[in-house]
Amino acid sequence: MPAPRKAAPAHPIRVLIAKPGLDGHDRGAKVVARALRDAGMEVIYAGLRQTPEEIVRAALEEDVDLIGLSILSGAHMALFPRVLALLKQQKAGNVPVFAGGIIPDEDAQRLKKAGVRAIFGPGASLEEIVATAQKLARRRA
Amino acid sequence: MSEPARLPAAARAILRGDRRALARAITAVENGDPAADAILGAIYPRTRGVPIVGLAGPLGVGKSSLINALISLLRASGRTVAVVAVDPSSPFSGGSVLGDRIRFEGRATDTGVFFRSMASRGAVGGVAAATLEAARLLDAAGFDIVLVETVGSGQVDVAIREIATTRVVVLVPHLGDEVQTLKAGLFEIADVFCVNKTDLPGADIAQRNLRDLVVQGRKTEEWATRIVGTSTTQPNGIDALWEAIEAHERYLDASGERARNERQRLSTEIVGLVRDRVGRELAHELEHDPELRGLLDQVIARSLDPRAAARRLRLAVRRTE
Ligand SMILES: Nc1nc2c(ncn2[C@@H]2O[C@H](COP(=O)(O)OP(=O)(O)OP(=O)(O)O)[C@@H](O)[C@H]2O)c(=O)[nH]1
Ligand SMILES: [Mg+2]
Repeated sequence: MPAPRKAAPAHPIRVLIAKPGLDGHDRGAKVVARALRDAGMEVIYAGLRQTPEEIVRAALEEDVDLIGLSILSGAHMALFPRVLALLKQQKAGNVPVFAGGIIPDEDAQRLKKAGVRAIFGPGASLEEIVATAQKLARRRA
Repeated sequence: MSEPARLPAAARAILRGDRRALARAITAVENGDPAADAILGAIYPRTRGVPIVGLAGPLGVGKSSLINALISLLRASGRTVAVVAVDPSSPFSGGSVLGDRIRFEGRATDTGVFFRSMASRGAVGGVAAATLEAARLLDAAGFDIVLVETVGSGQVDVAIREIATTRVVVLVPHLGDEVQTLKAGLFEIADVFCVNKTDLPGADIAQRNLRDLVVQGRKTEEWATRIVGTSTTQPNGIDALWEAIEAHERYLDASGERARNERQRLSTEIVGLVRDRVGRELAHELEHDPELRGLLDQVIARSLDPRAAARRLRLAVRRTE
């Protein structure tokens, strides 16, 4: 009997959603997590108050294709570059990172330059976020 | 044992303690990636058969919080711990939100712990097989204990039923939940009952009710199912919970049950692997082989019954082998 020539099954995209920083609510992150799940992704939801070290550790252990960080406080300018640097240090600089939250335009520009692949403000639609996440994850695979 | 130089690079990396290689191998197992074959084959002789402790129970009873508390206890005594937390996949989208990691706190740098979330991906039996193979990789990577968390629902608790060496069923002091759990068939599989949230009212009654049920439903003469009360918020009873788990592990060795169970499990695993493989191949053949497609057409036309078709299919497979 010849080996089945079935096309390899599509594997679910694994994505880590975390909320670094000290401000304590994650409604936005949860809404995004559910939207990504409904698009067929496996969302590892790490929750609130994650340090950059914890985020990178989770990303590596969970072997995710993508990292999404939600942030509301003004601490993003320190946190994001730290996450990116730690990823590089672990030779995982190819794992794309996207961000959501209230991030002023000029900061957004600088973060993009630093390597954050996409940034969504409060007005972004879930469709837009899901589509971008799919594109970023696919490019890596 | 084969000399290290002949092992696949990924297997060598895992045995060396490379966490990234370990994480990737678990992904390969989950994805049914053929690359996993060589890795699993290479690491198997290095596995020691470490305890696999399963925690199952209804939504929100505190399984992840208990795991977090057990990790602290075990790390304090120098033992390393790996966790596999299994959640169901959505039957609609195939996706899932894996939220057990939320309770895994304050361990940014401790390399004595490894936490992996896993989605059931709906395949019957698939969860158990993937969890078992992940546990073997974690064993080979050097972790002393593997903790497995699953929700006590049919789709995923099979992972614990089939692979855990000690099975802990977690409940809360609330009769409604208990009755549901008993219906879900968790009762028979418990080696240890954990009544969590004893800081809430009703814990004493819950433990007493459970004790009555346990006496009626006793599995074996040698092992009397233990009942332990815990609270992760105080915290309280975590050491007693671990002591009960260890007592069961000791019982497995003393009674010879570990060896018997292992033989049974491996037999089930091997047959399952063949069944999956052959099943996939047959399904493919039935759709794509011109002769066999006709067989299916005949059954649809009522000129052949499914059992007769199955017999012919089996014969056709044997001829071509
Ligand atoms: N009062 C009290 N609450 C607890 C205790 N243990 C856990 N909780 C709370 O119960 C809720 C669920 O805890 P988890 O540890 O996530 O429970 P779980 O069984 O892993 O939940 P799922 O994985 O969603 O099924 C959280 O809000 C915890 O803070 C306890 O001992 N006492
Ligand atoms: Mg949990």
